[in-house]
Amino acid sequence: MLDDFLVRAALAGVGLAMATGPLGSFVVWRRMAYFGDATSHAAILGVAIALSLQLPIGVGVLVVALAMALVVSALAARGWAMDTTLGVMAHGALAFGLVAISFVPGVRGDLQNYLFGDILAVTRGDLVFIWGGAGLVLGLLIWRWQPLLTATMSEELAHASGINPGRERLALTIALAIVVAVALKVVGALLIAAMLIIPAAAARALARTPEAMALGAVALGALASLLGLGMSLWQDTPAGPSIVTVAALIFAGAAVFGAIRR
Amino acid sequence: MRRLPGAGGMMILSAENLTVRFGAAEALTGVSMGVAAGEIVTVLGPNGSGKSTLLRALLGIVAPSAGKVTRAAGLRIGYMPQRLAIDRAMPMTVRRFLSLPHRVSDAQAEAALLRVGLRGLGAQQMTGLSGGQFQRVLLARAMLVEPQLLILDEPTQGLDQPGEAGFYRLIAEVREQSGAGILMVSHDLHVVMAASDRVICLNQHICCEGTPRVVSNAPEYRALFGLGTQGALALYQHEHDHSHDHDHSGHDQGHSGHDHAEHKHAG
Repeated sequence: MLDDFLVRAALAGVGLAMATGPLGSFVVWRRMAYFGDATSHAAILGVAIALSLQLPIGVGVLVVALAMALVVSALAARGWAMDTTLGVMAHGALAFGLVAISFVPGVRGDLQNYLFGDILAVTRGDLVFIWGGAGLVLGLLIWRWQPLLTATMSEELAHASGINPGRERLALTIALAIVVAVALKVVGALLIAAMLIIPAAAARALARTPEAMALGAVALGALASLLGLGMSLWQDTPAGPSIVTVAALIFAGAAVFGAIRR
Repeated sequence: MRRLPGAGGMMILSAENLTVRFGAAEALTGVSMGVAAGEIVTVLGPNGSGKSTLLRALLGIVAPSAGKVTRAAGLRIGYMPQRLAIDRAMPMTVRRFLSLPHRVSDAQAEAALLRVGLRGLGAQQMTGLSGGQFQRVLLARAMLVEPQLLILDEPTQGLDQPGEAGFYRLIAEVREQSGAGILMVSHDLHVVMAASDRVICLNQHICCEGTPRVVSNAPEYRALFGLGTQGALALYQHEHDHSHDHDHSGHDQGHSGHDHAEHKHAG
């Protein structure tokens, strides 16, 4: 019953959740939701550049997302009005990308796949890229876990303990760019930020420690991927949006459960 | 190796002619001060006087524009920040918080909580603590590195009067048990006065310095804090040639432009 493409799709979703769980927790803790939006929207521009230069799409997306994340991070450090600036960056990046991609011949039909993902068409090569990238992000976060957490609690406290908050921020910025590149195939540029925020926010209602929240976000993200895929098969709905729909329902359920238990 | 007037201990942390600029504005000008082992030193000053900047420069968070900070070799510092706003999005138990950034054993964590009077509170969420409990957890965390020097930035902020008095008693106990030197910043006057060995009155530069009694009677201190401080300690009139206009770069550690040697006998 499990066709091969379905197994690959499931593995892709679970692989992505491994990275978005802990990274998404930091996005929630540090209020970086819009930051994630700006970076993931830049992915479309990366696709356009990769296609016109005939580079692998993953490379184009990684480079552009990283550039975007670094620019936003630098602006944040200079104390710009972040809400407004990020709004401009997030929507500007998307619009630039859509205009740029319209110049690339023969892509218009595939555009939807870049915007909303194409998880059912994941190849073995894609799986290697997804699991490799997710593993890298996971490794980076585990390695920096204690200093990252300290800097997230209080930059001053981190400084006083000999931790450089700027370096920890850079680690998160790099991890975010990698996740954007990894998630493009799974949920598409428009919904990457949703996969970062929703499972982590759902896990918040159930967790008592940061670690429990990160692990919970992995579990709920993986669950949303699998159930979303099932829904997509059963009702013939688009896979990426189905995964996010299920994630949002899980969030609502967790919020209610958390409120009752409290 | 220098000795403080009135303290008699070895300096474990000292600053010499420390100047910190933010852009064109000078937050600190030629500040020389130090803390001896086992001594409680309080930096007093109005808002914007550079108290927190001084602590941040001593901790190495802010780089001085001029002057230098000297630490005793291998000095272990426990730091309690002024504000720690924990976002409700962050689930964090007291026990987990004590393991940041260095993991500690359950036994160490429980001992630290016991020491600040919060026995058995490890499973509580940080966001569910009262103001006084929260400050005590911050102190417990700072104590976990077994510091030789505790640096506390406005440790009683947001506490009511009994809470404040209790906290300063706790700090005195901590000093007694651990022998750690304590450097703290405050803008509340009377309780601090009673709890300190030495008070440094700061307003960009050091205005006056000495035992609590000496400082509370110093005209510079009164000029900074107004008349509310007269009365109780008005036994002694502080006299010296201090001027806020003269060149502070010549100020010397332990002098701050005037000699406190005679005041020792007053207290």
